[in-house]
Amino acid sequence: MRASAASVFGREAWRRRLPLLPAFIYIFLVTQIPFVLTVYYSFFSWNLLKPGSFQFAGLQNYADLLTNESIRTAVWNTVLLTLSVIAISVVLGLAVAMLLNSEVFGKGLMRTLMIAPFLIMPTAGALIWKDTLLNPLFGLLPYLLSPFGLGRVDFVNQFPMVAVVTVEVWRWTPFMMLIILAGLQSQNPEILEAATVDGANAIQSFRRITLPLVRPFIELGALLGSLFVVQTFDTIFMLTYGGPGEDTTNIPFLLYLVAFQGFNIGQASAIGVVAVIMTTIVATFALRTLFSIFQIEARR
Amino acid sequence: MDAAALRNKIVKSALGWVVIFIFFFPVLWMWLEGLKTEPQAASTPPTIFFTPTLQEFQTVLSGDFPPYFINSATASLLSTLLVLVLGLPAAYALSIRPVKRARDALFFFISTRFLPFAASLVPLYLLARDLQLLDNVFALAAIYTTINLPLGVWLLRSFLLEIPHDLFEAARVDGAGFGNEIVRIVIPLIAPGLAATSLICLIFSWNEFFYAVNLTSSAAATAPLFLVSFISGRGLFYAKLAAAATLASLPVLLAGWIAQKQLIRGLTMGAVK
Repeated sequence: MRASAASVFGREAWRRRLPLLPAFIYIFLVTQIPFVLTVYYSFFSWNLLKPGSFQFAGLQNYADLLTNESIRTAVWNTVLLTLSVIAISVVLGLAVAMLLNSEVFGKGLMRTLMIAPFLIMPTAGALIWKDTLLNPLFGLLPYLLSPFGLGRVDFVNQFPMVAVVTVEVWRWTPFMMLIILAGLQSQNPEILEAATVDGANAIQSFRRITLPLVRPFIELGALLGSLFVVQTFDTIFMLTYGGPGEDTTNIPFLLYLVAFQGFNIGQASAIGVVAVIMTTIVATFALRTLFSIFQIEARR
Repeated sequence: MDAAALRNKIVKSALGWVVIFIFFFPVLWMWLEGLKTEPQAASTPPTIFFTPTLQEFQTVLSGDFPPYFINSATASLLSTLLVLVLGLPAAYALSIRPVKRARDALFFFISTRFLPFAASLVPLYLLARDLQLLDNVFALAAIYTTINLPLGVWLLRSFLLEIPHDLFEAARVDGAGFGNEIVRIVIPLIAPGLAATSLICLIFSWNEFFYAVNLTSSAAATAPLFLVSFISGRGLFYAKLAAAATLASLPVLLAGWIAQKQLIRGLTMGAVK
């Protein structure tokens, strides 16, 4: 009797599990096995251009990373790029979201135009910035700035990181704006009105009412955004190709150079593992925020 | 509305429009440059007033661009379809009749999305090379499916949770099985959810560059790779470049504008509505 009950439960459990399995197996095979292989390769010295060079190297690839100037530069560039893009686009996104949440003319059209930079193909966006806006000879920006005595500034070569950050901020501000605007719109306008009646000025009501309310949305936007910005590749490839020198080479771009220009599979795999460690730190916080928001939603 | 409120509204509107103009300007400039002739596009000072011409759009469309565009469409649509086919049953098993430890499964799915592309590129490249799948648009679609499936599962689940549970109980009393429930209840009721999921898949796979540039070269090269050929353009092909960039960006821009309401929900995997 008990055995048959267990088998009924077992069958029910499998019936529930069945719809999940195809997706689960697919994801497991295509993401986890390559990752395990990356870890495995990272312990080998292997250059694709040298047949027979596949040799166990222990921690040599990691030791090389510690002494390698390029990887240090790339880690620093990744951190600098991610932090500045996220910080600037959160502040700008919050400002634009607050404007769009207030009484303005043409609100719908403003929102529509504002999300365009996020939808434009990043390769296309970077190319337009590089060749038609920032190009020192034919670009619009150096032309507009030339009366101010700046001459024909070659932004991409003279301030490469500023150029990359600018293009990325242009792309991610709309993303932040969308998320923060959704937060602002979930706010009850009567509370703000009550605060105004109580004599709170604009700055006070922003700090005490608006900011605490949108904080989870800012956190969510910043964390999801940083998971994408950490992986920036297209903009760098198109705008600076990591240069001049290594000034804008981040981790994904360095991995590309080591794997596909240097064909050093072992070294590239070790860089991949470093990328995973860096991302996992951010992702842990992101997931916590995501789950806390889902719980808020569920409680409503 | 009193005078002070109206003045406030006018000031804010003016400020808002200036900001929007700055952000939208590169897009507008891309369109304008594409409508110029080559000498106009590379002139100093920049040409502001001109008679628009579709000449460069025609050049791009009649040249070698269409195969890239078709590859992008194939990879994006195929992977979107796979995400829906694999993702909808999975989302069902994580919401309507949840498996044990559904939370862990959800966590697993999303953690794979946060694994950097860099972590799996090298083995995928070697595997594709050994299986003769380099420069293959179906291999690219298979990879895009893994990028989008975690988002799809989360997003579809958030829509499934909104279906009143009574409907499933009623269907079950009528003896409807899983397939029946999907066709009769789920698909009609979460049509907006399917649209939102497709939109997000389309955005991410259409615009994807990292895998495309490393795993394809010519036969399966996608639209962003067509733009790479303009990197070294020195003032010669600006109008053509802008026309190509406009065309390459068009599908996602239009889809995103049409489905604006679903965009925010899709980008946050259903967390923000």
